[in-house]
Amino acid sequence: FCLENTDPRMRGRGMQLLSQVLLQCYYLLQEKEVLHLVLFYENRLQDHHLVIPSVLQGLRALSMCEVLSPGLAVSVLKAIFQEVHVQSLLQLDRHTVYSIITNFMGTREEELKGLGADFTFGFIQVMDGEKDPRNLLVAFQIVRDLIAKNYALGPFVEELFEVTSCYFPIDFTPPPNDPHGIQREDLILSLRAVLASTPQFAEFLLPLLIEKMDSDLQSAKLDALQTLTACCAIYGQKELQEFLPSLWSSLRREVFQTASEKVEAESLAALHALSACLSRSVLSSDTEDLLYSFLSSILQDCRHHLCEPDMKLVWPSAKLLQAAAGASLRACHHITSSVLPLLLEQYNKHPQSSQRRTILEMLLGFLELQQKWGHVEEEESTLLSLQAPICSVVFSALTDPSVQLQLVGIRALTVLGSLQGFLSPSDLELVVDHLIRLALCEEDSQSSEAAMEAAGSLAPIYPKVFSGRMVPRLEEELQSEPEEESSRDRCSLRQRCLQALAAVSTHTSIVRETVPVLLQHLRKVQKESEAGSAQDIISVCQSLHRVALQCQQDAESCWYYHQTVVPSLLAMAVQAAVQESTHPPLGKALLQEEVLAAMVPVISAATTHLSPELAAQSVSHVVPLFLNGEVSFLPQNSFSCSFQPFQDGECLEAQRRLVALLMAFVCSLPRNVAIPQQEWLLRELLALSCSCNCSFTATTAAKCFAGLVNKHPAGKGLGRSLPTTGSAVAQPVPSMSPGQQLDEILQLAVNRIEPGLVEGPHRTQALTLLLWVTKALVLRYHPLSSHLTDKLLGLLSDTELGPAAADGFSLLMAESPDVLHKGCHADVRIMFRQRFFTDNVPKLVQGFHGAGPDVKANYLKGLSHVLNHLPKPVLVTELPTLLSLLLEALSCSDRVVQLSTLSCLQPLLLEAPQIMSLHVDTLVTKFLSLTSSPTMAVRIAALRCAHALTSLPTIVLLPYKARVIRALAKPLDDKKRLVRKEAVAARGEW
Amino acid sequence: GPGGGAPLENANPLIYRRSGERPVTAREEDDELPDIIDDREIFDLIRSINDPEHPLTLEELNVVEQVRVKVNDAESTVAVEFTPTIPHCSMATLIGLSIKVKLIRSLPERFKLDVHITPGTHVSEHA
Repeated sequence: FCLENTDPRMRGRGMQLLSQVLLQCYYLLQEKEVLHLVLFYENRLQDHHLVIPSVLQGLRALSMCEVLSPGLAVSVLKAIFQEVHVQSLLQLDRHTVYSIITNFMGTREEELKGLGADFTFGFIQVMDGEKDPRNLLVAFQIVRDLIAKNYALGPFVEELFEVTSCYFPIDFTPPPNDPHGIQREDLILSLRAVLASTPQFAEFLLPLLIEKMDSDLQSAKLDALQTLTACCAIYGQKELQEFLPSLWSSLRREVFQTASEKVEAESLAALHALSACLSRSVLSSDTEDLLYSFLSSILQDCRHHLCEPDMKLVWPSAKLLQAAAGASLRACHHITSSVLPLLLEQYNKHPQSSQRRTILEMLLGFLELQQKWGHVEEEESTLLSLQAPICSVVFSALTDPSVQLQLVGIRALTVLGSLQGFLSPSDLELVVDHLIRLALCEEDSQSSEAAMEAAGSLAPIYPKVFSGRMVPRLEEELQSEPEEESSRDRCSLRQRCLQALAAVSTHTSIVRETVPVLLQHLRKVQKESEAGSAQDIISVCQSLHRVALQCQQDAESCWYYHQTVVPSLLAMAVQAAVQESTHPPLGKALLQEEVLAAMVPVISAATTHLSPELAAQSVSHVVPLFLNGEVSFLPQNSFSCSFQPFQDGECLEAQRRLVALLMAFVCSLPRNVAIPQQEWLLRELLALSCSCNCSFTATTAAKCFAGLVNKHPAGKGLGRSLPTTGSAVAQPVPSMSPGQQLDEILQLAVNRIEPGLVEGPHRTQALTLLLWVTKALVLRYHPLSSHLTDKLLGLLSDTELGPAAADGFSLLMAESPDVLHKGCHADVRIMFRQRFFTDNVPKLVQGFHGAGPDVKANYLKGLSHVLNHLPKPVLVTELPTLLSLLLEALSCSDRVVQLSTLSCLQPLLLEAPQIMSLHVDTLVTKFLSLTSSPTMAVRIAALRCAHALTSLPTIVLLPYKARVIRALAKPLDDKKRLVRKEAVAARGEW
Repeated sequence: GPGGGAPLENANPLIYRRSGERPVTAREEDDELPDIIDDREIFDLIRSINDPEHPLTLEELNVVEQVRVKVNDAESTVAVEFTPTIPHCSMATLIGLSIKVKLIRSLPERFKLDVHITPGTHVSEHA
C-alpha cells in the first residue's frame, strides 16, 4: 500500500523497504521475477524526486543479479540516462548510479557495447559536473575501463576528454579527520591513468600540459610533467610531432630557470621519456626522422653553453643533453657524436683546473651513458674514433696538481676500463702505472684511496694485467729496505702498499698472489722488534680483513683464503705464545691485546661464509688444537713446548689469550656445523671466564661461551624452566638430547655465576660472564634470560658492581662487533630490543623509585642505555609514559645519563610537540643550564634540544623567547667550535 | 625569457663551487683544547646566505670569499668585504645588511663588525 500512497514520502519509504529486501536477497531471484522488478523500477524512475534514491538502490541490487535477461541492462541504463538528472542527486545516490554502471560493465560488456557511442555519451552526461572525490575515483575508473576495453567513443572523444581533464591538475586537500581516507595522491594518479590511457586524447591533452607547465604553480608543473612522462609510454611520433617545439621550449625553461630540484628532475625525466618515445617509433623511408630533428634542436640550444664552464647554464645544458641521450642507443650515438668532440676541444682550450674539472665531469656523464649500452660497437661508435684524444685528456687529468681534477679523472678511468674493447693493451699498462703512482705517491689521501678503489673495480676485468704489473710492484715496494727517506715516509708508503694490495684483491687469481705477500710481510714485521711493530701488525691484519671480505662471495676464493690464512695466523700466534711461556718476559707484539683484537675480524670474516662441509673440515683441526694441543695441521709445527691454553699455570697466561682466536673461529661458524667435544670446550671456557685474573682473557672466554650457547640447539627442553639454584649436576651422558645438554650447561654457568657475584676476588669476571650469557639468551628468547636479567637488575643497587651493571645494559642492547650478531650466524630475534624494553623498563622504573640516593643514578643509566638502542619510532610512542622520569634524569649529575636523556628528548620534541609543550618550563630551564656543562658532548646535545624546542607551537614558546635568546648568547662564545656551531643554529632558529 | 616575475638583472651569472662542510678535526673533538674563532668559521656563517635574486648562495656567486673575511678573536674584530655580481647591482645594500644581521645574531656580543663592499667593484660603494 505504501507504494501506492499519494504522499511521496510514504511511497519513498515503501520503495526503501523493498530495495533493502532486494539488496539482501538479489541472488535468490528467478529470471522472471527480475524481469518484472526491472520493469517496475524503470517505471518508478519517473516518480517524485524523494522516491528516486530508493529506486536507485533497488536497481543497484538488480544490477548484481546473474539471471538478468539479455537486453535489460541496456534498458536500465537508457532509463537512467533519460529520466535521472544525476548531478542534482546527493553524493550517495550519485555513487549508486556509478555502481550500477560499474556492475553492468563488469558483467554485460557485450550488451553495453551494442549501445555504441550512446553509452559513452550517456555516461559523459552522468559524470559531468561531479565534485565529490569519492565519486570521482569511481568515475575515473569507469572512464579508464571505457578506453581500456575499447568501448565505442564515436564522436565523443573530445567530450570525454573535457569531462575528465577539467579536474586537471587536481587541487584537493582532504579535510582533517577525513574518514574516507582519500588522499590527493589517489586522485592525481587515478586521473593521470585516464588522461594517459589513449593516444586519442593527445591533441587535446598536450596543449593543456604545456599550459600547466608554464603556470606558476609548482604542483601543477609537477603533475603536468609526470603526466607527460606517462603519456610518452603509449604515444608515437604522430601524436607528438606537432607539439615538440613547444614541449622542448617549456622543458628547457624549467631546467634552465627552476629553483626547485624536483621540477628539474621531473623535467629531465619527461625529456628522457620523449626521447625514448621518438626512438621507439619505426621509421618509414619517406618521413622525416623526428628523433634526429628533436635532438638537433636540443643540441642547438644547449651545445654552446657547454663551452662556458664557469657559467650557470653549463650544468643544466649537460643534464638536458644527457637525459635525451640516455633514452636509446640511437639518441646516445647522435648526441655524443656531436658533444664529445666539442668537450675534448674545450678541455684543451681551458687550461684552468677548475674549468677542466667541470668539462671532464660532463664528459664522464656521457661516458657513463655509453657504459649503459654495454660494449662499444665496432662500426658506428664515435667513441672508438675518439679513443686517443679521450685517453690523453683523462691521463692529463691524472697528472694535474688539482686533487679535484684527479678524482674526476680516476672516475673517468674506471668507466673507460669498463667499456669492453676501448682501452688498448698499451693504454691498459699506462692505466695501471697511473693507478700505482696515485695510490702510492700522491700526497692527497682522497686521490690515493680513489685510485685504489679504481684498481679494485678494474682488476676483475683485467686480472692478468693487475696481477702481472701491479702486485709485483707493490711487493717490491713493501720489501725494499728504508734508504734515505725518513722513517715516517717509509711507514706511510708501506701503509699505502698494504692498502693497495687489499684493494686490488678483487679477483680470485689476484687473491692467490696478494695473500702470500701479505702473510710474508706479517711474518717479517712480527720478527722486527721495533716499538711501532704492534701498529704494523695491525695494519697487515686490516688489509687481510679487507681481502677476506672481498673473498666471501666467491666460494673458491673463500676456501683458499681460509685454508691459507687461518692456519698461518694460528701458527704465528701459537709460536709466539709457546716462546713466551718458556722465556716469560718477552712481551711479544703479536700477543698484545690490540693485535689479537685485530686478528679476530680476519679469522671471523674468513669463516662466516664457508660451506658447512668445509667448515666442518676446519673445525676438526682447530678445536683439537686448543683442547689437546694438536699442532700437526699448522704450517710450522715444531714448537719448543706444548700448547695447552686451558691448563692451569702461571706461565701459560700468554697461551690463554689465544682463546680470542678460537672465539673468532668457533663463533663465526654456520649454525648447523657440529663442534667436536663441545661440552668439554664449554666447560673449559666457563672455568676460564670465572677464574682468570686477566680481564682480556676472562672476557674473551665469556664471549666465546656466550657465542656457543646462543647457537646451541634447544631441542624440546626449551620450554621447561630451570631450578634457579644449585641442585647437583649429573655428568652428561651420551643419550642426552641437545636441549638437555643446553639446560645442563646453562645450569653449570648459573651455578658458577651466582656465588661468584656474591663474594670473592672474581666478582667482576662473574658480572662479565653474567652479561654475556644474558645477552646470548635474550637474543634467542630463551626462557632463562628473564631470570638472568632480574639478577642483573638486582645488581644495580650494589654499590660496588652497580655502575658496571648499569653500563652492561648497553652491552645487552648494542650490536657487538665480533660475536652474537647476525653476520656470524647468531640466533637473533628481530624484536628482541622491543621485547626487552617491555619486559624490563617497568622494573627499572620501579627499582629507581625504591632505590637509595647513592644508587639511583645506576637505574637511570641502565634505562638510558635501553632507550638509546630502541628504534626511534618505537621510542616516540613509548616515551610519553617515561617522560617524568626523563625530566628527573636531566638533573642527574652523571654525564652519560645526561647525554642519553638529551638524545631521547630531542626526537620527542620534534615528533610529539603537544605532549612536550606541557613541560616547556622545565625543559627550557634544564636545557639552558646544561649548555654550560663541562662536557662538550653534553653542551652540544643540550643546544640541539634547545634548537628542537622551536618545533613546539609558537604560542607556547613566546614567553621564553627573550630569555632563551639571551641565554644562548653565552655558548656563541664557547671555547669549542662544534659547540658554537650548534649555538648559532639554535639561536638563529629562536 | 624568464617564466614569471620580472626579468633578472643578471640571468646567467658566473657560478662557483661550494666549499662543503668543514671537516671536523681530532683537535676540535678534544674537550680540553680551545678552538679560536677563525676566518673559515666566519665565512661558514655567511656563505650559505641566499642571494635575493637567485636561488644561489653568496658563495656560489662569489659575492663572499674566505680570503675577504678577516677576524681577530683576541681583539674581537671582524671585517668582511663582499663583491656584488655586477657593478650596478641594485641589491648591494640589501646583501650587506643580510651579512651584518647574520653576524650580529651568530657572534658573541664582544665583536665589533665591519661589513663593506670590496673597493672598486661597485658604483655606490658608500651607499
